[in-house]
Amino acid sequence: MTRNRRLVGGALCAGAMFGALWATPPAFAESLGRDSATPANLTQVADMQAGHRGGTMRLVARSAAGTIDPHINYTLQFWQVYQMLYDGLLGFKKAAGEEGFVVVPDLAEALPEPQNGGKTYVFKLRKGVKFWDGRDVTVADVVASYRRIFKVSGPTSGTFYNGIVGADKCLKSPADCTLEGGVIGDEAAGTITINLVSPDPEFFYKISVPHAAILPADAPATDSGTTAIPGTGPYMIESYDPNSQLKMVRNPYFKVWSEDAQPDGYVDEIDYDFGLTDEAEVTAVQNGEADWMFDQPPTDRLGEIGSKYQKQVYINTLTAWWYAPMNNNLAPFDNVKARQAVNYAIDRKALVNLFGGPVLASPVCQVLPPGFPGHVDYCPYTKNPGTKWTAPDIEKAKMLVKESGTAGQKVTVIVEDTAVARSIGVYLQSVLNELGYDAAMKAISPNIQFTYIQNTKNQVQMSVSQWYQDYPAASNFLHVLFSCDSFTPGSDSSVNISGFCNKGVETKMKKALKLGITDQVAADKLWAEIDKEVTDLAPIAPLFTPKHIDFVSQRLGNFIFNAQFYWVMSQAWVK
Amino acid sequence: MTDESAVGETSTKDEPKSSPQPGASDSGRREGGHGGGQGPWITAIRKLRSDGAAMAALSLLLVITALCAAAPFYAERIAHTDPFRSSLEAEIVIDGRTVPVLEPSTVGLGLGVTPIGPTWDPRAYLLGADNQGRDVAARLLYGGRNSLLIASAATVLCLLLSAVVGLTSGFFGGVVDQILSRLMDVLWSFPIYLLAISLSIVLISKGFEIGPISITSGSLWLPIFIIGIVYVPYVARPIRGQVLSLKESEFVLAAIGLGVPSHRILLRDILPNVTTTLIVFIPLMMALNMLTESALSFLSIGVQPPDASWGTIIQDGQTLLYTRPMVALAPGIAIVLTVLGLNVLGDGLRDALDPRSKLRIGQG
Repeated sequence: MTRNRRLVGGALCAGAMFGALWATPPAFAESLGRDSATPANLTQVADMQAGHRGGTMRLVARSAAGTIDPHINYTLQFWQVYQMLYDGLLGFKKAAGEEGFVVVPDLAEALPEPQNGGKTYVFKLRKGVKFWDGRDVTVADVVASYRRIFKVSGPTSGTFYNGIVGADKCLKSPADCTLEGGVIGDEAAGTITINLVSPDPEFFYKISVPHAAILPADAPATDSGTTAIPGTGPYMIESYDPNSQLKMVRNPYFKVWSEDAQPDGYVDEIDYDFGLTDEAEVTAVQNGEADWMFDQPPTDRLGEIGSKYQKQVYINTLTAWWYAPMNNNLAPFDNVKARQAVNYAIDRKALVNLFGGPVLASPVCQVLPPGFPGHVDYCPYTKNPGTKWTAPDIEKAKMLVKESGTAGQKVTVIVEDTAVARSIGVYLQSVLNELGYDAAMKAISPNIQFTYIQNTKNQVQMSVSQWYQDYPAASNFLHVLFSCDSFTPGSDSSVNISGFCNKGVETKMKKALKLGITDQVAADKLWAEIDKEVTDLAPIAPLFTPKHIDFVSQRLGNFIFNAQFYWVMSQAWVK
Repeated sequence: MTDESAVGETSTKDEPKSSPQPGASDSGRREGGHGGGQGPWITAIRKLRSDGAAMAALSLLLVITALCAAAPFYAERIAHTDPFRSSLEAEIVIDGRTVPVLEPSTVGLGLGVTPIGPTWDPRAYLLGADNQGRDVAARLLYGGRNSLLIASAATVLCLLLSAVVGLTSGFFGGVVDQILSRLMDVLWSFPIYLLAISLSIVLISKGFEIGPISITSGSLWLPIFIIGIVYVPYVARPIRGQVLSLKESEFVLAAIGLGVPSHRILLRDILPNVTTTLIVFIPLMMALNMLTESALSFLSIGVQPPDASWGTIIQDGQTLLYTRPMVALAPGIAIVLTVLGLNVLGDGLRDALDPRSKLRIGQG
């Protein structure tokens, strides 16, 4: 995924492969121990619910996240909310930490066994599940929902679901989509058969995200905008006005069918208010007027939050990175020595401070985040190269610039116009000037920066970007960000921002992808080699690994941080 | 005797009733004569000097300008700092103790990093540091240079264009007036900040290039050009009105009757009569331009890093309001003082150059 605020990618992971990364300050070990516990059985759950059930939880955010249509919206902000509103045939477990990556049966009775060499799956639909308008969920609804993904031209219809038989026709002519031969319902047997063009080991994950939520068959074949489409979760949308509030209340027809997939919620009502500034959000939570803020607290409030309100703060490591792509096809960064010079010159400790200090970020100088499959500590761009970054090496950097013959050239750094990104941009500009370049920095709207820096027509030399994992596989960083396939000149959707395309590395990546089907351990070893090779060629400058802060009210309890969708809202209580 | 003096004589007799325009040079010269043989400019200066508030404002502006002009001296010789270079790892000695300029929190969870606050020592971080570890006092002075430069240059550009448009439109009338007036109407129909922001957003990414004129996106000429343009209708309109009135005055009619060429009438008779209006506009437009520049820079579409202006420094301070309010307060106060000074000076100038005001004083 590209950014934690805007886009959430496919969920897609293999939880077992994933190391435990969700670090928490020692001060919260006790509270987290309690909070992270998963209910062992329904009796315990019932007891807990009886004690904490009820009340109104108030959430706040700077703005809404656009359409409320689950087949279209592609933001973390609303995907978090959808977890308690909608269900798919399968879903991610509503559990703490890496357990959240585990796929469990949701509206389907069980995880189906693959048939036909992994190309066919038969799902048995649960009986008795109702939408919040009181109608039963039927096989017809499931079939219609899969067609609707294409009819509304969902943002992932061409990437996540293009492997379903008939998807090609649906993509060409969305309005006439039938997915004939791809999604077949059998009302009498209560089954849905999905046929794939070829085996897809990530298929379960793809149908566990909100874009594959099951909606009533008569849901409009266009973006529903601000009109809520009935779902099956423990809460329903009572009203939605993107300028002011999203109000959710209990779904009167909800009954728990799986604690893992869709547990009941604690609070009776959830009011999600929009239009506050970051500062106002912090103040609202401090004063108990709000229970949680979506946005990350502004940097000038961190000290206060970390000292006076430390029991209300949850910090979790993310498998993500901030990095500075350099255009490998434009001067001066078409010269590998110039790119390496930037890597040597950057003071990553200083950048960590700009992000909020060492508690909120860690310096990195390679592609794969710490703890990620295929990660082996490696840092060539530091004084005393080895496994960890210690300090910048300005002398070496200046020497490399001299050798590259690029000194004096103009360089422009494009960043998002947000406080942190601007600070990083100003710092990089300062570093580039120190190296002898004539550097400028431009901050442009966060709404367009990500697409702007991808398009080669904009001739972006250097930028600052972020990448958050879709699933814990090395390919999700290395192959997505650095393969020749991901580089599409002239397109706004060319996520290989640096335009890196190296034949040797490309061949190794293809080999590692193939190897992963049969031997993941060997594949990860190969990915580690590729990581090292890419790092040496320096198409980008890795900056730091960020952490995520959740600031909650004093009364909010049972905070659960799920690796896939972060805070599990339905499991928090306010009584 | 030249045509000019003949026209001057004509205007002298009838000016008080036929031309109520204040401060016209010819009438001023004449009235000055009535007042003791002094020229209109000397009279205006004398009046300005007797205006305590205007002189205080002028002194304040001179002090601010001098301080800003001394920015390199202060940064290099006194504070020993480079205000355009990030100093995230810098340390300074205060009371014999070495402290980091950016200090990570050690309280509670250790969240956040706070820049050093004002030391009140001009040799090191007098007003503290911003989030890049840069000396706020040095940046304030450098920023003031840019803010004053942009405000002044944009004012000159604006008044020049306004004078050309107002004089041409008012004097020639007809189709020329129709075209120019409609152009001004189009410009005027946009809310001023919306127009300035739109122009900035468009030009800031690619710069500006028409024929031999080329302005790069980071150049200070870009905000100067944008601000200079957007206020033209606000000055050109009153100038045009004044020219329309002057065109009907007897000394102009006499000059036309004598066969004086149009360009000479414009330059020798009309322009001097609108000069005082333009002069009165100078401080007022400077104040307005300074506020506009600050607003654009605050929105990241004015002065571009690493250059500083008071607007960009306020923006830098926005994220430190809670912990280091001085970063935003200092340029804010500087803007308030400068704009206040310019407005008070503008009022004083208007009074000094207004013949009616002078008459009132004379009668009093």
